[in-house]
Amino acid sequence: MRELRIHGRGGQGSVTAAELIAVAAFAGGVYAQAFPAFGVERRGAPVQAFVRLSDETIRLRSQVYEPDYIIVQDSTLIRDVNVFAGMKPGGIAIVNTEKSGGYEAPEGVRIITIDATKIALEEIGLPITNTALMGAFAAATGEIDFSALEDAIRGRFEGKLADTNIRSAQRAFEMVKGGNA
Amino acid sequence: MKEILEGSHAVAEAVRLCRPQVVSAYPITPQTHIVEALASMVADCKLDAEYICVESEFSALSACIGASTAGSRTYSATTSQGLALMYEVCFNAAGMRLPIVMTIANRAMSAPLSIWNDQQDSISLRDSGWIQLYAEDNQEALDLHLLAYRVCEDHDILLPAFVCFDGFILSHTYEPVDMPTQEEVDAYLPAFNPYQRLDAKDPISFGMYATPDYYMEFRYENQRAMLRAKEAIVRYGTLFKEQFGRDYSGLIEGYELEDAEIALVAMGSICGTVKDAIDEMRKDGIKVGLLKIRCFRPFPDEEIAAALAHVKTVAILDKNVSLGSKGAVGLEIKDALYGSSIAVYDYILGLGGRDIRKKDIRAITKLAEQGSGDMFYGLREELL
Repeated sequence: MRELRIHGRGGQGSVTAAELIAVAAFAGGVYAQAFPAFGVERRGAPVQAFVRLSDETIRLRSQVYEPDYIIVQDSTLIRDVNVFAGMKPGGIAIVNTEKSGGYEAPEGVRIITIDATKIALEEIGLPITNTALMGAFAAATGEIDFSALEDAIRGRFEGKLADTNIRSAQRAFEMVKGGNA
Repeated sequence: MKEILEGSHAVAEAVRLCRPQVVSAYPITPQTHIVEALASMVADCKLDAEYICVESEFSALSACIGASTAGSRTYSATTSQGLALMYEVCFNAAGMRLPIVMTIANRAMSAPLSIWNDQQDSISLRDSGWIQLYAEDNQEALDLHLLAYRVCEDHDILLPAFVCFDGFILSHTYEPVDMPTQEEVDAYLPAFNPYQRLDAKDPISFGMYATPDYYMEFRYENQRAMLRAKEAIVRYGTLFKEQFGRDYSGLIEGYELEDAEIALVAMGSICGTVKDAIDEMRKDGIKVGLLKIRCFRPFPDEEIAAALAHVKTVAILDKNVSLGSKGAVGLEIKDALYGSSIAVYDYILGLGGRDIRKKDIRAITKLAEQGSGDMFYGLREELL
């Protein structure tokens, strides 16, 4: 079983990201579970969302404490929350930041930094970074196919909104694939 | 067909497939997504039902009573404070013998305010005369709605039912479910055939005034119907298994229980985590198993006594507390096992959304082995 923990702030779409990653993984024949950990329900408050992926039925219901992967939607969270807590060796951390590096991750954890905010502003016109980070996740981990992710995004959003989000995901996907993140 | 969707939406789909004629509910976290989805289905003509918007949960269930007495299949959903506001209406629905099905997205009770999960809300209505079924996962939550209507509408039963599933832990979780088709559901669940109904041409009354000469017999009949529901759940659960392949023929379910020395007893979504913890403990040579209670009302006391007869120790995981006494499931198990030499310990845990991990299940198993129990588990001592 592989586990993903998404760190974000209320309103950034962390829960949607978890759900769409699960939908895309399920389309690829994997058993998937996605769920949120709501804190206080307000914009800007730190939130977490979780995804589990397995070849077998997932029965476990606890939150994710030892993730294989994390996604950090907002690097200012790193000041307040130990986002790397419990990460497994060999794990991958995808961090949205304009900086490259400068984070102390646990040993054996690979950090991929990507300026998802810039991508989202250019493609969607809003600093909604979740779809770009989903693209980065697909490229970095290989857990989901990009085409399945595209379908999942199109299943959630309509028309132009789907198009711009898919472009955002695609750009991040290609940047990570090409080693430019 | 297998699909992946949020638990609340899986439940809403199940309700749609059951073809309710009247839905009345008031939105409350974490139940909201269910009734939002049903309201959309009605608005989009995907569900041919009357959706009655109301100003409170009291009115929601009252509207369901009106609709049910008029001969409609009715549905509602709520949680926590919403269910508490329905308290008196719940007793009325059961006393009038109306087969209303209501989803409870289990949530803690205020105060202090908590939107998170435990099972205090439905447990506190245990004496109201509603059948109470608890789901371990979203597939079971979906399926139990079909089973509940089938059981409740049987003319030998005629009782309302809660289908309980843990708020957030199931209601807000995306996971795969096998969604039946309308044809399959229609084949399992026939159209509602009311035993009696309000009809201006042939007037009758529901919920009459009963003097001391009559009241006790009404209550006794209510109790007899509740006890008959055990057999009906087994019968319609067996029918469900024959048609859909998923087994709900038992009021309880065992996991690694046959040769267990220690039995954990639990209800709802925690059972999944318990099963994973049992697999790990079994590898370490600990003879531990799970007794899962699917049906809390009527309470399967004889079935539980038989299933636990061979164990040495029982540890009950209660996501509720009857303040001033113990956990409600613990009390029932102690009653069911009265006179046996089995050591029975109760553990209150997971209140107000406190997360429960495999290591907690392991720790509780160890406490029970050591003979330490009847306690709150997992308290933060520094806050006391």
